Amino acid sequence: MNPAAGSNQPAVTYLNHETTVASWLLTRDHKRIGVMFLVGVIFALLLGGIFAMALRIELLTPGPTVMGPMTYNRMFTLHGVTMVWLFMIPAIPSAFGNFVLPIMLGAKDVAFPRLNLASFYIYLAGSMLTVFGMLWSGADTGWTFYTPYSTVSPTTVTPILLGVFIIGFSTIITGLNFITTVHTLRAPGMHWTRIPLFVWTIYGTSVIQVVATPVLGMVLLLVTAERVLGMGIFDPSRGGDPVLFQHMFWFYSHPAVYIMVLPAMGVITEVVCAYSRKNIFGYKMVAASTFGIAFVGFFTWGHHMFVSGQSTFGSGIFGVLSMLVAIFTAIKIFNWVATLYGGSIDLKVPLLYVLGFIFLLMFGGMTGVAVATTSLDVHWHDTYFVVAHFHYIMVGAVLMAFLAGLHYWWPKMFGKLYPERWSFLAAMTIIFGFIVTFLPQFLLGNMGMPRRYYEYPREMQWLHVLSTAGASLLAFGFGLIAIYLLWSLRYGEEAPMNAWGSRGYEWYSGSPPVPHNFTEAPRFEREVHDYTVVEGPRVY
Amino acid sequence: MEELFRKSLFLPEQASSIAKDVDHLHYAIITAALVMAALIFGFAAYCLIRFRRRSETDVTRKVQGTLGWELLFVGVPLTTFLVWFYIGYHDFIRMQTPPPGAMDVYVVGKQWMWKFTYPEGPNSIGVLRVPVGKPVRLLLTSRDVIHSFYVPAFRIKQDAIPGAYTQTWFEVTKPGSYRVMCAEYCGLKHSEMWAEVVALSEADWDAWMKEQREGRVALRDASPSGPEREEPGIPARRVARYDAQEPHGEVMYGERGTLPERGERVAAERGCLRCHTVDGTAHIGPTWLDLYGRQERLTNGETVVADEAYLTESMMKPQDRLVEGYEPVMPSYQGQLEAAEVAALLEYIKTLRSARLENTRSEGPVYEPSGGK
Ligand code: HEM
Ligand SMILES: [Cu+2]
Repeated sequence: MNPAAGSNQPAVTYLNHETTVASWLLTRDHKRIGVMFLVGVIFALLLGGIFAMALRIELLTPGPTVMGPMTYNRMFTLHGVTMVWLFMIPAIPSAFGNFVLPIMLGAKDVAFPRLNLASFYIYLAGSMLTVFGMLWSGADTGWTFYTPYSTVSPTTVTPILLGVFIIGFSTIITGLNFITTVHTLRAPGMHWTRIPLFVWTIYGTSVIQVVATPVLGMVLLLVTAERVLGMGIFDPSRGGDPVLFQHMFWFYSHPAVYIMVLPAMGVITEVVCAYSRKNIFGYKMVAASTFGIAFVGFFTWGHHMFVSGQSTFGSGIFGVLSMLVAIFTAIKIFNWVATLYGGSIDLKVPLLYVLGFIFLLMFGGMTGVAVATTSLDVHWHDTYFVVAHFHYIMVGAVLMAFLAGLHYWWPKMFGKLYPERWSFLAAMTIIFGFIVTFLPQFLLGNMGMPRRYYEYPREMQWLHVLSTAGASLLAFGFGLIAIYLLWSLRYGEEAPMNAWGSRGYEWYSGSPPVPHNFTEAPRFEREVHDYTVVEGPRVY
Repeated sequence: MEELFRKSLFLPEQASSIAKDVDHLHYAIITAALVMAALIFGFAAYCLIRFRRRSETDVTRKVQGTLGWELLFVGVPLTTFLVWFYIGYHDFIRMQTPPPGAMDVYVVGKQWMWKFTYPEGPNSIGVLRVPVGKPVRLLLTSRDVIHSFYVPAFRIKQDAIPGAYTQTWFEVTKPGSYRVMCAEYCGLKHSEMWAEVVALSEADWDAWMKEQREGRVALRDASPSGPEREEPGIPARRVARYDAQEPHGEVMYGERGTLPERGERVAAERGCLRCHTVDGTAHIGPTWLDLYGRQERLTNGETVVADEAYLTESMMKPQDRLVEGYEPVMPSYQGQLEAAEVAALLEYIKTLRSARLENTRSEGPVYEPSGGK
């Protein structure tokens, strides 16, 4: 890594070949669209983070602290809605997926560039409608919108339901686009067994998005119809069934958690290989387990409903199937750790996030097994234990992978290096802050603290204080990252072509890439992340 | 050791017969998770040190997984998880199956309070009194949105759903009072929807019941279905002091009579008896005599046991599962019957037993206008 190597950056890049505002807003370049999504999801993260801090501050004392119960109930709903629908679902596939997936396949762009741009604007429209709903009155239903509460709640739920409905289209379009791209736009030499694992996870995710999202759309429309027209589908006093909503909701939303976590796993795989200079330990197993998760994930929704009165037999089946998901996750963890063996490991910031990721995923996964164990879930269901579980596995995983990817691909995207020391400090703060925030919540759940509680018994206070302290650390860490990344855009050191000496295919193109990714069609002569052969410098 | 585990995991006291078994599985799983994590991170830490990058030109060997390793990676966790699942499911079935001799209590959730009704008569808001050492089955429903009845010290939880009955049961092992919370988000005062279970020793329980039966009439019976004159928020707000030591429930005063007595009245008032008989005679609808627990043959060829769930369904959606041989003439009582009225009807039907012990089958219908044309 020679600092003077900055000179081998391409002179014309996707960033500087056109610079008008219109050239960005009307672009069909997947890289620019990826960057726009990146900006969008970071805004969502900021918004969701502000709501989260408000919640944590309110919970500092057992009774009212800074807001009334109504405001609190709205806050946790808005936090959940923003984080889940506006940040976690699009974060990795739409931002990083858009940026690197075509490059990894050796393509000039995605299969449908115009549709890709449309998907961004649909996301934007849906998000604006959702945010408008939040500012106008703010739903108090939780991000799960359970009926019959969501149909009788005095707050304005409808704009938020419709906003999320619209975002769903963006998800579906992006998914279709990626599936088509992977099938039709692979460059010569890119066999199915060479496809990078990140692409495999995005592909698996896209399949879930295309299959499951319509169900979410249906159920959101039904709730809207119930609210606006009084249809009575979920209303027992008119012969409807309130539990039906939960089945339909989780039929989407359980797979949705894999929409969030699979791409995260893909990023982690790329980063592990790059920083340990190793091929992945079991390529086929990791790829296959992606589809295992994607497939089995469709048959586990009932584990959210063990105490809803569903049949005991049904609960048993859903419990066993949930165990299978855990197995596929375990396979991945073992493979990542085994990849480190015999490598040449450089503990740079992205790899630090990987360690954080594995830690959180492991405890998130093990507590997932614990809650899938039916008798234990009766105690834990709808308590802070579940809150901690899904924050560990879902939020922890997505955040860690998002930050790992952000740092790993930063030089690729913007041609600048981030400052190493600051980022190391921030990473440590974030990982530590995350653990301090959510570890006490497992214990709170054990004590019997239900989720979505504005007030709580006195003896639970100190754990809540600890959790709030952790959240403050987290917020501090994010602030740090925002500052040094913005700083590096302007003052950062110019990145060399391949800042990490990675053998991921996306480094075949320039950093930042030229407008159509390559000046000359790349040839894929080796496996991805094959470090056994010495490779000469490439400039495309 | 046991206490150490419980305390370090912050689990509440174990006050029900199932709590110990549930906790033991907790300990096992958490311990195993920690051991597994230690092994994996131990290995990762070893790799980070042993294989750290020494020069920029390091070349690595290609290490590829073998089938044996992969099978080990899959086999070991899968076996462990399935064993846990097996033990857990075994306990779960126990939690889901109330023992035959259990005492029934009807529970109605309502924004934002819990109401309890005993077949013998007394009713209350916010306090559920039960005897120690006797299984208690709760039949739960809700008047508005979904609530969830949660007693951490018993390790039980069950959703209360409008328009349906769900059940759970527990057996308290030591006298005391235990916190009940609502675990399903149900609106503004979700976090104040508290109640308590007061477990009385056998002697205290008998004394209390006796007082309920023989005390002043005004203290005896009440009905949660009576119009609610009291300010609905108040009991819940009083509960919100979170002081389980201080009783904070309220006994309600309303209609008289035990649940079956009320049920009889409801049946007459609502016109159920125009079509159903209570003495075994055949009529437009199936007779109620010996109905509870009977195997009914349905028009679609299946059979169901007429339990609380089916009986409630027959009142709310009579056309959904018709008993063979009857015309679909029964109207729906959805929205007509209060939750407590349904409870009263169920208890009434349960008391209608003939001396015969065998499973009786209902006879065919008689379509003759009762009352004469
Ligand atoms: C791989 C990534 C996983 C993600 C992203 C994830 C995410 C989530 C989320 C978001 C919830 C909470 C839903 C809610 O009620 O709001 C949840 C609950 C649950 N998860 Fe996971 N989970 C994962 C893995 C697992 C695994 C491996 C298992 C089982 C072996 C599991 C079992 C459960 C169960 C049983 C619940 C319901 C608990 C309850 O509500 O009582 N999860 N998970
Ligand atoms: Cu409730």
